[in-house]
Amino acid sequence: MINWLSQIASVTKFGLLSIPQRRGSVGAALFGIAGVVAVLVGVLSIAAGFRRAMAASGSPDAALVLRSGADSEMVSGFGRATTRIIADAPGVARGPDGPLASAELFVIINLPKISTGSDVNVPLRGVERPALKVRDSMRIEEGRMFEWGKDEVVVGIGAAREFSGLRVGDKIKVGRYEWPVVGIFSAGGGASESEIWTDAAVLQPAYKRGDSFQSVYVKLKSAESFREFHDALSADPRLSASAMRQTDYYADQSTAVTKLVTTLGYLIALLMAVGAVFGALNTMYSSVSARTREIATLRALGFGSGAVVASVMLESVALAIVGGAVGAGLSYIAFNGLHTATMNWQSFSQVTFALAVTPQLLVQGVVLATLIGAVGGLLPAIRAARQPIAAALREL
Amino acid sequence: MSDAGAANGALVDVRDVEKVFHRGSEEIHVLRGVNLQVPSGEFLALMGPSGSGKSTLLNLIGGLDHPTRGTVSIAGERVDQLSDRRLAAWRARHVGFVFQLYNLIPVLTAERNVELPLLLTHLSKAERRKHVETALEAVGLQHRAQHYPRQLSGGEQQRVGIARGIVTDPTLLLCDEPTGDLDRKAGDEILGLLSALSREHGKTIIMVTHDPHASARAARTVYLNKGELTREPKD
Ligand SMILES: Nc1ncnc2c1ncn2[C@@H]1O[C@H](COP(=O)(O)OP(=O)(O)OP(=O)(O)O)[C@@H](O)[C@H]1O
Ligand SMILES: [Mg+2]
Repeated sequence: MINWLSQIASVTKFGLLSIPQRRGSVGAALFGIAGVVAVLVGVLSIAAGFRRAMAASGSPDAALVLRSGADSEMVSGFGRATTRIIADAPGVARGPDGPLASAELFVIINLPKISTGSDVNVPLRGVERPALKVRDSMRIEEGRMFEWGKDEVVVGIGAAREFSGLRVGDKIKVGRYEWPVVGIFSAGGGASESEIWTDAAVLQPAYKRGDSFQSVYVKLKSAESFREFHDALSADPRLSASAMRQTDYYADQSTAVTKLVTTLGYLIALLMAVGAVFGALNTMYSSVSARTREIATLRALGFGSGAVVASVMLESVALAIVGGAVGAGLSYIAFNGLHTATMNWQSFSQVTFALAVTPQLLVQGVVLATLIGAVGGLLPAIRAARQPIAAALREL
Repeated sequence: MSDAGAANGALVDVRDVEKVFHRGSEEIHVLRGVNLQVPSGEFLALMGPSGSGKSTLLNLIGGLDHPTRGTVSIAGERVDQLSDRRLAAWRARHVGFVFQLYNLIPVLTAERNVELPLLLTHLSKAERRKHVETALEAVGLQHRAQHYPRQLSGGEQQRVGIARGIVTDPTLLLCDEPTGDLDRKAGDEILGLLSALSREHGKTIIMVTHDPHASARAARTVYLNKGELTREPKD
């Protein structure tokens, strides 16, 4: 056993030591593998970033209430009376000023995206005072909070970054009016950061909504209170409303996009991987044929063909891992934290988020590289081991 | 029988060996019934025109290939019947090879090249180092231990090759045109080395050569011609 390992180690060593003589083909293969891994990790980091932004949006002790049958705020609606009943339902946490429930309006305004210059849908949300306690991650980063009852807005930090005209002091068009931006807020990386917020009470008349809302966001007494809250709403004959955990709501919103992007990422990576396998194959064939006589010599001395196979595979995998690590590293440098915005198909508005090159993605990238190396090394390894020694020794 | 060779005192016992190569549909009869007995400790030269099958015969004796027909016994062991896997282990234990083009590993120093066959044994690092030193000393190259093949002359490289061939103290030393790529002076040094190994250390050596000057150093010379072995050169 020890003997076998030392055979593999020494044959592998000769292969690795001879790399400088083959740096052209080795470099090309490394480059190919690094490219595949960089693309895979890069594309998947879009999905991971989107998922992460959505996960950051919800907390398990918060719930969102929409009209029964509505799967987004866009198509939901409640009167004032209904939102009161929801706010007073069992399970809702209470503060000194009453239940922690915010009845909200959700409209869409058009703003140019900075990166492309074309108009996109940006969500404008009207909130009530408890909104700040329901979403406790909200913090003013610049300027100040809007004043309740005044025609002012604050802008999520993601929206401010991606869309033009959202700096503090700018004015945005709301219906027929122009309202000033008075502050920029963050929300722990969540979806709110893509939104513009104002007082629901001033947004209602601006959009001629009367005294209606689209959703109610509530803070629960605890994560466990959700059942109680949910069942109470379903059981109430006055209501046609359904409660969702915020976490579930955002997870739902992210699945469509992440699935699409992930599938796309794997597809592209797979196609490229096929190319990279040929690169690795070529490199290892040339490695093996450049060393035909050396390998035959070692085998004449008594080195086993198993050791030859293992060492060619090892060399191939080692090279591939180096290529994969380079690719993963490059895509980390290039993509991690990169800000972007995309359409959220559920709300028909833009979501801003940061690409996330997570440790799992880096591992996935290196695993892919390892596979490419193993597949690319297998045939050359077998050829090296199968080569009849006597014939191989005749070659110069 | 398998111990016939041992019984008649021959270390190497080749009987009725035929070797046929296939090239496409063509059959090439390289060896046509070769018989050869080499007693332990003999220094034998194997001569013959190019393409007569000298390397082929040497490879069969060294367990690098299987005969099409006939038997090859070394020290009583039927090597023609061993599987490839067993053969590799057998070669590691019993055969030292010396090649015309030295076949050293270019990325390893002389010392590491000589150590290679020892990696297939259970010797400790310290024991391996001692064996390597002894072998390099035997070929007069201890001062070149740290040099890479490209830093050595052809004659020196071949001496490293011989050190590698004898470092495990094999039963048999098989040399395929060991002086074929060397000038007369370097070749003479190598031949001197081989005959000393035979004379002083009782090594059994079979050496393929084209050069009558080289074969003259051997105790006995046999000739291959058209696939058959003779005591005298034909034509
Ligand atoms: N693996 C092989 N496949 C096909 N033909 C082979 C093979 N090995 C050897 N031969 C043929 O067998 C014949 C004998 O070859 P061999 O190498 O044994 O000759 P040799 O006497 O050593 O010649 P040289 O003096 O040139 O080295 C040659 O015709 C060669 O082409
Ligand atoms: Mg030959």
